[in-house]
Amino acid sequence: MKKGVCGSLESSDCLITVEAAEKTEILIESSVYQFYGEQIRKVIETTLAEAGRAHVRVSCVDRGALDCTIRARLLTALSRMAEK
Amino acid sequence: MIRSCLFIPANNPAMIQNADLFGADAVIFDLEDAVAVEEKDAARSLLREYFKVFAPAARVFVRVNNAPEWLLPDLEAVFSDKIDAVILPKADAAACGRLREALLRLEKERRISKSIGIIPLIESARAVLAADSLASLSGVVGLMLGAEDFTADMEIERSKSGEEISYPRARIAIAARANRVIAVDTPFTDVNDEDGLASDAARARALGMSAKAAIHPRQVEIINRVFSPRPAQIEWATRVLEKSKAEKGVFSLDGKMVDQPVIERAKTIIEKAKRYKLL
Repeated sequence: MKKGVCGSLESSDCLITVEAAEKTEILIESSVYQFYGEQIRKVIETTLAEAGRAHVRVSCVDRGALDCTIRARLLTALSRMAEK
Repeated sequence: MIRSCLFIPANNPAMIQNADLFGADAVIFDLEDAVAVEEKDAARSLLREYFKVFAPAARVFVRVNNAPEWLLPDLEAVFSDKIDAVILPKADAAACGRLREALLRLEKERRISKSIGIIPLIESARAVLAADSLASLSGVVGLMLGAEDFTADMEIERSKSGEEISYPRARIAIAARANRVIAVDTPFTDVNDEDGLASDAARARALGMSAKAAIHPRQVEIINRVFSPRPAQIEWATRVLEKSKAEKGVFSLDGKMVDQPVIERAKTIIEKAKRYKLL
């Protein structure tokens, strides 16, 4: 199955895994989910929409990443998935 | 006018987002040696997204990869008006020309009015000999010494005293000064040796280097101190300039002759002191 991974579990980073799926699904694991979970989801949804990508399962293990980091990691993971 | 340039790995979000907190006059986002081959794409993407939302107060340099298959992808991905200069590793005149051409094309395509400079990294015997011609190339705003690659090219050992890089330091400093661009010294690689760093920076400064690269945030304060005017120098320069207002031509201060070159030196010290908020 096509899969793309980018990022790390270091502080201020996130580990994003994307893989093809029948419908778009977003899974988020974050120690600050209660405060920022919805914001992380919004960044992922917006980035997927801008990239014109649907039918992907996105897993984001967050370690306090800023929006720009989540976006960058997701875009790279998508690009890596497309290369496979 | 800068004193310290801090290398920041371009794939490290924690350091990138805190780039301004380390007190460096310039930051160097490094896409080259600090990023593993398989992570180049991630680093480019991270830097591109960072530049969209951050505007560092420090001067921003980006060290790109000079390999043909990586240089253009690096530039295409991270090109931004947030960048002040691109540092080109293993530079020669031809590579600087290609970089200049690419930068001019991108400036036009992306419609940015800012001119992004080039800082050739001098890392070989050939490049040391070509320092003057590299510094005079269109778009070049500085030279940087890369001592590890230079000494490898020369097949000589690196030492704490840095005696083996005295000549390239001096040659680069003179070439930079002659062309009115900055001269950035090579990093001191033992991040735990603060006295060694201070001595090394002082030697570089004495040979005419205008700034020094740092590979760890804790090196920044020491470099800034060494490359700043000392309090005694500021006090002396202030007295020289005060007395020069009342005197015509050559005069004496503390029993020493003061003529125009001395007055110019005093002006530079005061300018630096003001720039670094020491006055």
